[in-house]
Amino acid sequence: MRTILDFEKPIAELDANIEALKRITAEQGIDKSDEIAALERDRERLLREIFRNLTPWYRTLLARHPQRPYTLDYIRAIFDDFIELHGDRQFGDDGAIVGGMAWLNEKPVVVIGQQKGRDLKERQRRNFGMAKPEGYRKALRLMHLAEKFGRPVITFVDTPAADPGVESESRGISEAIARNLREMIMLRVPIVSVVIGEGGSGGALGIAVADRVLMQEHAIYSVIPPEGCAAILWRDPKRAPEAAEALKLTAHDALRFGVVDEVLEEPLGGAHRDPLAAAQTVKEALLRHLPPLQKLSVSKLRESRYERYRNLGMWQIATE
Amino acid sequence: MQRGWFARRSRIEGLALDEMNDAWVKCNGCQQILFARDFERNLKVCPRCGHHHRLSARERIELLADPDTFVERDAEVVSADPLGFPEYADKLSKGRANSGLPEAMVSGTCTLSGIPIVLAVADFAFMGGSMGSAVGEKVARAMEYALEQRLPIVICSCSGGARMQEGLLSLMQMAKTCAVAAKLHEAGVPYISVLTDPTMAGVLASYASVGDVVVAEPGALIGFAGQRVAQQAQVVKPPPNFQTAEFQLEHGMVDIVVPRKELKHTLHRILRFFTGG
Repeated sequence: MRTILDFEKPIAELDANIEALKRITAEQGIDKSDEIAALERDRERLLREIFRNLTPWYRTLLARHPQRPYTLDYIRAIFDDFIELHGDRQFGDDGAIVGGMAWLNEKPVVVIGQQKGRDLKERQRRNFGMAKPEGYRKALRLMHLAEKFGRPVITFVDTPAADPGVESESRGISEAIARNLREMIMLRVPIVSVVIGEGGSGGALGIAVADRVLMQEHAIYSVIPPEGCAAILWRDPKRAPEAAEALKLTAHDALRFGVVDEVLEEPLGGAHRDPLAAAQTVKEALLRHLPPLQKLSVSKLRESRYERYRNLGMWQIATE
Repeated sequence: MQRGWFARRSRIEGLALDEMNDAWVKCNGCQQILFARDFERNLKVCPRCGHHHRLSARERIELLADPDTFVERDAEVVSADPLGFPEYADKLSKGRANSGLPEAMVSGTCTLSGIPIVLAVADFAFMGGSMGSAVGEKVARAMEYALEQRLPIVICSCSGGARMQEGLLSLMQMAKTCAVAAKLHEAGVPYISVLTDPTMAGVLASYASVGDVVVAEPGALIGFAGQRVAQQAQVVKPPPNFQTAEFQLEHGMVDIVVPRKELKHTLHRILRFFTGG
C-alpha cells in the first residue's frame, strides 16, 4: 500500500481524478484529454507550491517516507555488477548495513550503506536501518579492502540512529562508531558520502566521514531526532515540528554549516515520485566529485579531509 | 549529593542551620548522612558504600595535577549560539553560574607525579558536560598541543553527549576530535581516556573511546543510548549493571576500573610505561 503524507493528500486527490478520467477514456472511448491535461497542469502547480514551502518537519517526514528509495535501490540504479560482501569477520553479518564491490561506469568502487526494509519482515531483518557494532565493523572492513586495492569508497547514509539495544551496548557500539571516525579520517583512498534519507546522529556519521558529503534536497541530518529533542526540551514529543525547525536539520542548513558540500536536487515531489531520476542526479554528482579526488596524492587527500573536519564548528573567543 | 537535608529534618543542638548544611551531606548511593569533612577528605567517595560522587573539573585537576603545576590553555574558547536555538543563551549563562567556568571543558598542562602531561577535564555542572563546538575545539587544541610537544594527554570525560543546542555542528565535533586523535595515534603520542560518571552517547562514541588506554571510575554510567531510549528499545532485558563501568569492563570496552583514591597513582604507572625506560 502507498503511504500518503498529510501534505501530499491534495496531490493524491488530483492523481485519483486523473486516473479516473484516464479510465473513462480507455473504457468508454470518451475523449477526456483536455480535462486530463488541465488537471495535470493543476497537479504540477500544486506540487510546486507545496514543495516550495516545505517545513523542516515535512522534510523529516519525506526523509522517512516508506516509499523513498533506499541504498540498495540506488546501488541497483547507479552501479554495475554489484557483489554484496557480508560479515565483520568477528561476530556476524548486520542486515542494517550493506556493502560490496561494484562498478561506477568503468571504475571499480566499494559501496557501503545503511539499508531499511520495505515490508515488516524485511524491516525486522534490517532492524529499521539501525546498525549494530558488527555493521560498523563490516563497513570498516570493506573500507580497508578498498584501501588495500586503491578503490574509492562511496557510502549511502540512511538511518534513524545506531541500534541502542543491550546487544549493541554489549559488543561496543560506541567503540565501533568511534573507531570508524578515527579510521575514516586516515583512509588512503577517496570517500564520498551521500545522505539519501535520515542522517541520524552518530549512527549516520559512523559511515559518513568523507572527502565530499552530498545530501539530497529532502534528506535530513541531525544530532537528535526531533521527537527526542522535543521530549527533552519541552517534555512533549508532539512538539517535534518545532524541534525540527530549531535543530536546523535540512540539507540547506547542512550546506550553510559546511557539513555538506552539495545539495542534490530531487524530482518534483520528492525522490519517491521518480526514483530513477533521483538516482541519475546522484550518479552524475558522483561522477563529478570522484575524478578530482582520485587525482590527489594520498597525503594531499588525507590532509584536506583532515582540514575539512578540523575546521567544523562555530564558537567564539571570550572578550573579557 | 544533597546538602541541607537536615534543614528539613531536624535541628541539632548548638549548630546554626548554615553550619549544619555545611557539616552534613547525603550519599547518593546508600542515602546515608555523612560528615561533609570526612566525605571531602575521602575525595567525595562515600566511606560507607564506596559510591563515587561527581567531581568538578577544578576538583579533578586538583586530584591529578601536582600542586601549582596546572597552567590552563584555551580558556578564551567559548560557545556561540550558531543556531539561535531556543533558550540556549540562558542555559549557557546558567552553566557558567553553576560551574564557575566559561565552558564545559577545562584544559591545560601540568605534571602528574612529576611527568609533564596535557590534561583536559569536563565539568558536568556546565550543561551536563555536553560537547558543542567550543568543547570540541578545546579537545582538538589540547590534542594538537600534545602532538606538537609530544606530551602524553589525559582526558577525563564527564558528559551526557553531544550538545543538542548546536545541532549538526555538535555532531561534527565527534569527527573533529577523532580526526586529531587519529593524528596522535599515527604519531605515537600516548592518549589516556578516563571515563567518569557519566560518559555517554556522542562523547563515548568519539574521542573518549579511542584512547590507547581507557580507564573508568567505579560505578560510572557509561553507555551509548540515554536511559530513556535504551529502555524503549530493549528486546533483551538489560542486566542490573547495564551501562556501568563494570559492565563495560566485563564486555571488553574498558581496560581498567580504578577507585578514585588510586586514580592518580594508576595514571602515573600507566604514563611511566609510555614515557619511562
